[in-house]
Amino acid sequence: MAARLTDLPFDPAHQLAGFGAGAGAVVTFTGLVRDDTGRMAALEIEHYPGMTERAMTDHGMTAAARFRLVDWMILHRHGRIEVGQPIMMVATAARHRRAAFDAADYLMDWLKSRAPFWKREIGRDGQAAWVAAKPEDEDALSRW
Amino acid sequence: MTREILYFAWLRERIGLPRETVDSDAATPRALIAELAARSDGHAAAFDDIAALRCALDQVLADLDAPLGDAREVAFFPPMTGG
Repeated sequence: MAARLTDLPFDPAHQLAGFGAGAGAVVTFTGLVRDDTGRMAALEIEHYPGMTERAMTDHGMTAAARFRLVDWMILHRHGRIEVGQPIMMVATAARHRRAAFDAADYLMDWLKSRAPFWKREIGRDGQAAWVAAKPEDEDALSRW
Repeated sequence: MTREILYFAWLRERIGLPRETVDSDAATPRALIAELAARSDGHAAAFDDIAALRCALDQVLADLDAPLGDAREVAFFPPMTGG
């Protein structure tokens, strides 16, 4: 059970060593930096030191209680992340698959619009632009 | 009351500061914004569209009309874009 921030590249598979012991189902989701415009070099992630770690831990614990998780993990990068690299992952472990899927989905919806992270796209030409929040990410929270 | 005000993402860039110490008797974040917006052109630009802003009191998300109470740290930022 852990929420972690890192400014270093990570391998999602390595994060799962020992994860979810005793569970019947493990679900993992990894977000990769993708280039929608064909002109992007990297993303730069700003966060709110102190609040980000606390908010991620609180929501992991909320998900654990709500979906009766055996184990959970939230890992999110900050700083500069090259196109194609993992930016974040969540993993959930439960007795049965439905709870593990739902908890992972819930954590993702929450991370999109409630965790204090802000993305900036860095173009190959060096130009930077803040990514605007999507209304559908906010709407997705109402499912829960 | 003296409070630490923090800015993130494009608010920080427009204001040109990551944080500042402010003495204010404002009762809510919305009232505090009205005072902050008058400090400089950068502040005015940052607080131009209040509907687009989010706020945290002592690192907990709060409504713009929530009582500021004895919060020591007030943060303003655009809607989050994590994940």
